[in-house]
Amino acid sequence: MTSYLIRGARILGGEPADLLIRDGRIAEPGGAADETIDGTGLVALPGLVDLHTHLREPGREDAETVETGSRAAALGGYTAVCAMANTSPVADTAGVVEQVWRLGREAGLVDVQPIGAVTVGLAGERLAELGAMATSAATVRIFSDDGQCVADPRLMRRALEYVKAFDGVIAQHAEEPRLTEGAQMHEGEVSTRLGLTGWPAVAEEAIIARDVLLAEHVGSRLHVCHVSTAGSVEVLRHAKARGVRVTAEVTPHHLLLTDELAASYDPVYKVNPPLRTAADVQALREALVEGVIDIVATDHAPHAVEDKECEWAYARPGMLGLETALPIVLSVLGERWELIADRMSRTPARIAGLDGHGGSLAVGDPANVTLVDPAARRQVDAAELASRSRNTPYAGMTLPGRIVATFLRGEATVLDGKAVK
Amino acid sequence: MIRHLLSAADLDAETATLILDTAAEMAALAGREVKKLPTLRGRTVVNLFYEDSTRTRISFEAAAKRLSADVINFSAKGSSVSKGESLKDTALTLQAMGADAVVIRHPASGAPHRLSSWVDGSVVNAGDGTHEHPTQALLDAYTMRARLGRLDGLNVAIVGDVLHSRVARSNVLLLSTLGANVTLVGPPTLIPVDIAAALSKTTRVSYDLDSVLPDADVVMMLRVQTERMQDSYFPSAREYARRYGLDVPRMRKLPEHAIVMHPGPMNRGMEIAPEVADSPRSTIVEQVANGVSARMAVLYLLLGGKA
Ligand SMILES: [Zn+2]
Repeated sequence: MTSYLIRGARILGGEPADLLIRDGRIAEPGGAADETIDGTGLVALPGLVDLHTHLREPGREDAETVETGSRAAALGGYTAVCAMANTSPVADTAGVVEQVWRLGREAGLVDVQPIGAVTVGLAGERLAELGAMATSAATVRIFSDDGQCVADPRLMRRALEYVKAFDGVIAQHAEEPRLTEGAQMHEGEVSTRLGLTGWPAVAEEAIIARDVLLAEHVGSRLHVCHVSTAGSVEVLRHAKARGVRVTAEVTPHHLLLTDELAASYDPVYKVNPPLRTAADVQALREALVEGVIDIVATDHAPHAVEDKECEWAYARPGMLGLETALPIVLSVLGERWELIADRMSRTPARIAGLDGHGGSLAVGDPANVTLVDPAARRQVDAAELASRSRNTPYAGMTLPGRIVATFLRGEATVLDGKAVK
Repeated sequence: MIRHLLSAADLDAETATLILDTAAEMAALAGREVKKLPTLRGRTVVNLFYEDSTRTRISFEAAAKRLSADVINFSAKGSSVSKGESLKDTALTLQAMGADAVVIRHPASGAPHRLSSWVDGSVVNAGDGTHEHPTQALLDAYTMRARLGRLDGLNVAIVGDVLHSRVARSNVLLLSTLGANVTLVGPPTLIPVDIAAALSKTTRVSYDLDSVLPDADVVMMLRVQTERMQDSYFPSAREYARRYGLDVPRMRKLPEHAIVMHPGPMNRGMEIAPEVADSPRSTIVEQVANGVSARMAVLYLLLGGKA
């Protein structure tokens, strides 16, 4: 196994120091290494962990595969991603989650941790075999019907209770479906002007409010996917103050983009939950800093060209995110490296129960490492992305930060900004 | 001159007035024996209709033909459109055919915007989803001006399902640009709370039709689809008609000179009583005739004619 000596990098933004990676772990600096990397000006972070990735395999390999998505993740500085269950077939059995897990191992670029569906076929009617997925080779701990909300309150209660047996967590896509029938974008001034059916903030907030109360009632863990409104932040703040075991994520796009972008009717800006107002963006940023929102998760959602080059109402919702997440968070939070490491690596690893990820780059830790050049600025070019799809809303934008290298348990997956395989 | 007409917001007061003045010249032509102008000879206008709307299609077709343009009708039924060809592929086909203008009617809001990014010719929005119908607003403004002599300072009440109405959106935008005072009237379920902020700050909202009528110069009744009842926007057709329908007693509350408009097709007995629709105040038949003149003016100016 190749050993790497990274010279003079700022570990978690601290003073320049040497970082030695040997035999898959962080080693005591000193002595020679097979390869030396000049780390001057670079920042070393624990490898990023994404709690919300759509890899599309099995079923939509024309949009993304486990391999292409893994490569995009590595290039974005990730060493682990949690693969959402809304594939075809749905990841609602031990067989499918093991298949995804195995494909991830074969690609070998990031740890692919499958998420299991909460209900059979994401239909919201009866529980999938959560225990079988938990005890499978994929050792599933996060369950989610993402794309669909577990809207039935009784079913949600049962799911929250049931997964306590194996320390599972339900990750809820919070969207009251009766309030979002036909919804196309955030309900507000812009939707009124554009004549696009509104997706009201209350449809998210009402489900989060219900779910935190259910989680409190049954003493279970709840994770809230892609929080998008200022009102949701208030509900979460209240729940956390009461001691509810709830965690929450925000996407890079909800930290940066607003509903005004829909005025182009270009579905590259169509996403679920939708882009909200500038006031929501501000509240989400503050909540992330404060810790009311625990983590950044990408909701990386690749779509084939024909699903985006069409009328807004006919387009599928979702945006690419893996390769641009860190630059966006860097532009939003600035160079607060401890905070970034916490929100993009440590806390997501803890929520997902991913041992070996989200460390502090201490000697002896598994060498899951990301090297970033914060001074570099790059213009996003959709054609250059490693994802099989092109639906990035950031094309043409110049963003700070470049991922120089990524190491997965001591193996370089990215060197010099390029994927190793 | 602007290249496309996608929204009534594309029109400033000067351009909108130019279109209305040109429409008046076009209307004068309709009285002549030879109704055609050679202006657009050799130019191709495509009517691309993804929704059945015979009246709008015929109106655009008549407008283009009176300007001597070649007209191609591309309707969703019995063409590649219904076989699932994408809007973009259709756009590329029209582009290859050398369409100088594409008139598009589409059930999805924003489809004309998308189309305009894929073709070189002018795109005219002939109604897109619940977004806009700018030529309807032009013909309505033309009708008001013809009947009442001005637009500036007119009090216009637009009554009904504003939420789902592309006619209402375009009218609010255009009438506000031209100085009219617009009041939107209907049940709160059918009037977006932020409509004034979204379209024009001067727009007023009322939930009480009776209080609005005595000051109205124009009452425009919108078509209300009975399906809205199933979605609980209002309890019943009967209750809707009682609260927001324009019947004879309500019509009597209007000032002497006030006119009653409807973009059609009407639900007689729902939003408008038959006696009102057929009364001398009603401009419903004139609106149809004015539609051809207004669309002639739009095609004429978009395709480079001089007023
Ligand atoms: Zn989701």
